[in-house]
Amino acid sequence: MNTKFLLQPTKSLVNIERRLFMKKTLSLGALAMLTGCDATDPSITDRILSAMSRWNDEVQLAIFNPSKPAPVYTEADITDPFPFNAYYREAKAPVVAEAGFKLELSGLIGKKESWTLEQLRALPQESQITRHICVEGWSAIGKWGGVRFSDFLRLIEADTSARYVGFRCADNYNSSIDMATALHPQTILALTFRDQVLPTKYGFPMKLRVPTKLGFKNPKHIMAMFVTNDYPGGFWEDQGYNWFSGS
Amino acid sequence: MTTKGAPQERVYVHALFVRVFHWVNAMGMILMIMSGWRIYNASPLFDFRFPNEITLGGWLAGALQWHFAAMWLLVINLLIYLIVGFASGHFRRRFTPVSPSSVLGDMTKALKGKLPHSDTTYNAVQKAAYIGILLAIVLTILAGSVVWKPVQLQELGLLMGGYEGARLVHFFGMVAICAFIVLHLTLVLLVPSTLIPMIIGWARKGKHEQEASHEH
Repeated sequence: MNTKFLLQPTKSLVNIERRLFMKKTLSLGALAMLTGCDATDPSITDRILSAMSRWNDEVQLAIFNPSKPAPVYTEADITDPFPFNAYYREAKAPVVAEAGFKLELSGLIGKKESWTLEQLRALPQESQITRHICVEGWSAIGKWGGVRFSDFLRLIEADTSARYVGFRCADNYNSSIDMATALHPQTILALTFRDQVLPTKYGFPMKLRVPTKLGFKNPKHIMAMFVTNDYPGGFWEDQGYNWFSGS
Repeated sequence: MTTKGAPQERVYVHALFVRVFHWVNAMGMILMIMSGWRIYNASPLFDFRFPNEITLGGWLAGALQWHFAAMWLLVINLLIYLIVGFASGHFRRRFTPVSPSSVLGDMTKALKGKLPHSDTTYNAVQKAAYIGILLAIVLTILAGSVVWKPVQLQELGLLMGGYEGARLVHFFGMVAICAFIVLHLTLVLLVPSTLIPMIIGWARKGKHEQEASHEH
C-alpha cells in the first residue's frame, strides 16, 4: 500500500538475530514443558506462561465458530505490492521446480498417492480476497486461488475426526492447524496469487491460505502434508508463539 | 460512610472489594502495558518505538505470552469489580450524580484552589475521571479483543473501522490509560495520605484537609 509495507521485511531482519538468540531460551522452556523433563529447569514464570498459552489454545478452539466467514474485500482493496514475509530474506526463498514436484500425503489419510500441480489444477478452483494478518500486527489484503481444503481432505479420504493437519515446506518451515480450521470453507490450498501462478516469493508451488489464522499459520512452499492426532507444533510455535493463533 | 463504633477520628474510605480490584488491576495494567509496548515495537503504528528496556517479554513471542496471560487477570478482576460495583450500589453512591455542568463547576473551583477535599465523597471532576478511566479500560479491552479475534468479532470490529481501526483504538485507549496513570500518581504524590486508605481502607479524619485544600 505504501512504504510502510516495503519496510517490513527489513525491520523483521533486524530482529532476526535477537529472535534466534531468544528463541533458544524460550524453546528450551517449551520443550521441557512438553516432555515433562525438568533437566533444563525452566523458570516458574516460563512454566506459567507456557501453561497459559496452552490454556489459550483450548479457549480459542472452544470459541472458534467454524462457519463464521472472514471478511472479504474487492480487487481495489488489494495491497500492492503485497509484502514478502518469512524468517529469511526474499532472495533466499526456495525455488521449487514444477517438473517432478509431487505433494506428498501421509498420516491418517485413506488415499496417500502424491499429487502433481496439474492434478490439483484440474480440481474445482475458487478464489478469495482476504486480509492477511501478521503476528507482528501489520496486515495486508491479497487474492489467492486454489482448491478448497475441506474438499481436498474429503477427496483424499482424510480422517476429518483427527485433531491436526500438519505441513512440511521446502524452506524447512513447518506448521500445523486444528481440524476445525482445516475444514473452514475459506481455508484453501492456494495455487495462485492475483490470478497468476503462485510466484516463488509467495510460496510456489503452493501455500495454505487460512484467512482465520495469523500469517505464520499460512505455510508456503508446501511439499508434504499429514493428518495426525499427535500435536505436530511448528517452526514458530515451537519457539513460543501461540499455537492456535486464530482470528 | 462512617462506620459505627469506629474511633471518631478515623473514617472508612475504601471497601475491601475496591482495594483488591485496585491493586490487582494496577498489576495487570503494568503487565499489559509493558508487554503491549513490546508487541507494538514489532510493527509500529507510528514513527517511534518504545525503548526495549521498559518493555516486557524479551521478544515478540514472549511479550505475546505475557499479554495473553495477563489479560485474564485484568478482565476477570474488572468483571468482578463491575458486577459488585453495580449490584452493591457502590457506583451509584460514589459516581453519581455527575453532570457536565458540575464537572465544569468543580474544575473551576479546583483551578482556583477552592475545592475542598472529602475523604468519602468524590467531587464531580473525580467522578468524571473514574467513570472515564473505566470506560477507557473497557473500550481498550474491546478493541484488543477485535485485534485478537478480527474474524470472530468482525461485527464489533466494524464499529471501530475493522482490524486496522481496532489497532488504533487499542493504541489510543492505552494512551488514555497511561495519561490517567500519570495524573493519578501525580495527585497521590501531592497528597500522599490518600495512599493509606487504598491499602488499609481507613483514613485519619481531616488529614487530607490539612495537607491540601485543592482537588486531587
